[in-house]
Amino acid sequence: MFELLGIPPQALFGQLLLGLINGSFYALLSLGLAVIFGLLNIINFSHGAQYMMGAFVAWMLLTYGGINYWWALLIVPLVVGASGVVIERLMISRLYHLDHLYGLLLTFGLALIIQGLFRNQYGVSGLPYSIPTELAGGTNLGFMFLPNYRGWVIVASVVVCFATWFAIEKTRLGAYLRAATENPTLVGAFGINVPRMITLTYGFGVALAALAGVLAAPIYSVNPNMGADLIIVVFAVVVIGGMGSILGAILTGFGLGIVEGLTRVIYPEGSSVVIFVIMAIVLLVKPAGLFGRTQ
Amino acid sequence: MTPQSDTGHPSATAALPIGTPRHHLMIFAGLLVLLLLAPTVLYPVFLMKVLCFALFASALNLLLGFGGLLSFGHAAFFGASSYVAAHAAKVWGFNPEIAILLGVAASAVLGLGIGVLAIRRQGIYFAMVTLAFAQMVYFFALQAPFTGGEDGIQAVPRGKLFGLIDLSSDRTLYFVVLAIVFSALLLIYRIIHSPFGQVLKAIRDNEPRSISLGYKVNRYKLAVFVMSATLAGLAGATKAIVFQLASLTDVYWTMSGEVVLMTLLGGMGTVFGPLIGAAAIVTMQNYFAGFGAWVTVLQGVIFVISVLLFREGIIGVLARLLKKPL
Repeated sequence: MFELLGIPPQALFGQLLLGLINGSFYALLSLGLAVIFGLLNIINFSHGAQYMMGAFVAWMLLTYGGINYWWALLIVPLVVGASGVVIERLMISRLYHLDHLYGLLLTFGLALIIQGLFRNQYGVSGLPYSIPTELAGGTNLGFMFLPNYRGWVIVASVVVCFATWFAIEKTRLGAYLRAATENPTLVGAFGINVPRMITLTYGFGVALAALAGVLAAPIYSVNPNMGADLIIVVFAVVVIGGMGSILGAILTGFGLGIVEGLTRVIYPEGSSVVIFVIMAIVLLVKPAGLFGRTQ
Repeated sequence: MTPQSDTGHPSATAALPIGTPRHHLMIFAGLLVLLLLAPTVLYPVFLMKVLCFALFASALNLLLGFGGLLSFGHAAFFGASSYVAAHAAKVWGFNPEIAILLGVAASAVLGLGIGVLAIRRQGIYFAMVTLAFAQMVYFFALQAPFTGGEDGIQAVPRGKLFGLIDLSSDRTLYFVVLAIVFSALLLIYRIIHSPFGQVLKAIRDNEPRSISLGYKVNRYKLAVFVMSATLAGLAGATKAIVFQLASLTDVYWTMSGEVVLMTLLGGMGTVFGPLIGAAAIVTMQNYFAGFGAWVTVLQGVIFVISVLLFREGIIGVLARLLKKPL
């Protein structure tokens, strides 16, 4: 067998695949953050908790209701997204006239509540969620073995990311959204219900996090802390990519997942900090982020 | 940051006049008397915990309340310093005062490094950047060979202060901790009321105007960031000696959130708010320790209520009622 950089190809491709999987989640989550930030100007700190909720609701549907994975893919984002709508209406909407920091603090408090509640109910040990039978097994690609479910996650993530990008950048609704981020008063004057649009945008962003949670459930064990560490990495992804662009969030998410995977092959100890190192470098060279607009 | 009335920034009620109001001196004196008498009534270890967190929260408040910079990664300084102090005391066998100083020096250096990068972004980006760097420090503490991984550094000797005073007694140590924390609080008070502090408040309230007045805004921000990190480090190192332990909880991001909560609950941008906030949260944690994750839920609820209804914090409300800055 040939070797690349002194590393057996199976290990290299295996880690690249893992990186791509992680990247799928980084992309989905930073995309949700970007969508919410775009219109609400709020960093949704509870995004990780909402991702965790997604995984848990999927698990509950299966365990208590016998509802399978494919229905969960549809139902969970709706349910968790609806909870986001309620949160926006009851709490976040009261903070728009304040400094942005209060939105961050509020959603941080919400994250503590959600995580605490799930931890009380289910402990921290983690619950299994089996891969749907249709996607069990794997495919031999010749140079490596690809588990079908992981392939599906990458494809699903790419499709959802592309669809969201398309909806925001290319459709009429997206045009309204973009206009409302620039000048909500003017857009409101054209007869568009801006507050409702903001509420639905938050719900949509939360639904994206929940969808990521459902996709993650069969890969990682479902547990209350699953979003807690991930969200910090996603924040780093957001700082690196820059909040200005939807495409930036997606590309940076996938890119950093791959970089992380490569680091795990070359220098395993560095894999958990490589993203933060990249963040430091980007801050030095391009403080607004790779795809960010300078203020 | 936009003008105070728009943002509802709690400092609006707590803008401190130049010079030292007499009632502040009286409060400090009363507080000192109270704290000197406290160990006769309350358990000294609990009091020391409150003192360490009061200093930690005041250090954050220097940055957040007076500099307008929300650091969501202050656990990095608190925790890193406690690891360094614990390592110095246990492995290198230094006296506690040297161990603490080494911890403080480490957090100052770390503060400079992170500060230089973090002040390149503003507002929520600043918060995210500090948070991300703090997570890097957490992973370092988790993986580095000398930090003890999940166990942390345990059984740190308290040692003898200056080689003379044996600190193994909780009561003796209490007065040492009180001396450290109280001097640090007076130092913070002095910083706030210096010309430097005034410039800081000017930057917090209107950065573009401060720039146009000719102030090197970034230098001021970096200076206050390093000061805040150093003082947070002092709190962390002292805590490591008190509890004879440096652990991952001290570096984890929830600790950063906790200290923000203390400051917010007590009153951002007030002198005495962080002390009350720290006392309230530490008391709550001790009282509810048996309820497991409900403590987290309760903290979350306090956070949400503080942000939605109670942005001035306990001391902020009190200051408004008394019509005096506290």
